[in-house]
Amino acid sequence: MQIHISANDGVPIYLQIVNQVKYLVACGRLASGEELPPIRALAEQLLVNPNTIARAYMELERDGIVAKRHGSGTYVSDAGSPLARKERMKILSERADALLAEAHHLNVDLDSVIDLLKQRRKLLNKEPS
Amino acid sequence: MNTNAPPIEIQGVTRQFANKRALDNVSLTVERGVVFGLVGENGAGKTTLIKHILGLLRAQNGSVRVFGLDPVADPAQVLARIGYLSENRDLPGWMRVDELLRYTRAFYKSWDDRYAEELRAQFGLNNSARVKNLSRGETARAGLLLALAHRPPLLVLDEPSSGLDPIVRRDILEAIIRTVAEEGRTVLFSSHLLEEVERVSDHLAMMHNGKLVLCGALEDIKAAHRRIVIRFDSALGRPPVLEGALSVTGAAHEWTVICNGIGNVTASATRLGGKIVSEHSPSLDEIFVAHASTKQGVV
Repeated sequence: MQIHISANDGVPIYLQIVNQVKYLVACGRLASGEELPPIRALAEQLLVNPNTIARAYMELERDGIVAKRHGSGTYVSDAGSPLARKERMKILSERADALLAEAHHLNVDLDSVIDLLKQRRKLLNKEPS
Repeated sequence: MNTNAPPIEIQGVTRQFANKRALDNVSLTVERGVVFGLVGENGAGKTTLIKHILGLLRAQNGSVRVFGLDPVADPAQVLARIGYLSENRDLPGWMRVDELLRYTRAFYKSWDDRYAEELRAQFGLNNSARVKNLSRGETARAGLLLALAHRPPLLVLDEPSSGLDPIVRRDILEAIIRTVAEEGRTVLFSSHLLEEVERVSDHLAMMHNGKLVLCGALEDIKAAHRRIVIRFDSALGRPPVLEGALSVTGAAHEWTVICNGIGNVTASATRLGGKIVSEHSPSLDEIFVAHASTKQGVV
């Protein structure tokens, strides 16, 4: 699990962790049933106060993204999928907003943006992945 | 010793040096198991405060207690419980690294040989190297090793990262995290690097001109402070006077305000015909600069 913290962008660190774990789950890089690192290990890896990690895990648990199993660690929950779709759309919405804002400034209308997206996808599909 | 006493309890401490008031009625408590970050400009009083905790300065007014003990009256008891690393790591240059470890070990009943050896290897310190020949980073690591190897219940670091490269800084932050992750141990550290403070501390005190201008849980401090942008229909020639604003910067139509609690600012902005166009959580840097630039500076 790779998480990157930026301490200077105003977003609380625990929330950065929450958002990134949600992202990793949403895009399948954390599968359901997979174990999250222990609090202390992640604290040392990210150089972040252990209480901050604990807070992030608590929020993730509350949101149903992860579940604690008694006596052991924290695991990505099975019920992750319906939420995951919501999270996926949320992530995309942010990108879409940025794209639309840019298009507006460059005087490109919505239909042209949609055409462009279709055109780009054709190109992407052609390239071997 | 009272075993339930907080690691650090400072009440109403004032310190006057000639005509400079280095500490002005400072009170703070550091609870067990927290990482407490102490920030402030050069000369704000951080080191003077730390010297009181170590018993190097006697409080002229007020009281200082470390685990319930008076560090001036009972230095041996207090210093046995503190691991200390200062910005000026004045270690005896003529000693070899192994001699330095043996020498320091004699002062601490709780010295842990295995841990010391583990740290020495991890930090890449050569036993036969002379202390005076160590690089700046190695000297810092040696100082850190000495502060950690007796597994003190309280770790006090005064500007530990200043002037060091990112790799040594990482070692220091790791040591802080490990210390606090071990049940019940406490860290107090002062720093200019607010990014580091924000990462590792859960409590924060900000000093300005010898006064404590901010003290509390980092999360609460961050939640209470806002950065708002106010837009006025007509251009203003000078910053609007807003009640409760810590700092106001900008020009003409749009002004950025940093405030602790948004209520008063919103009300007085509305009275002046301004409209809030954005509201964000400021970074610790912005909070720090805003507090340091206000004249009254007191919350």
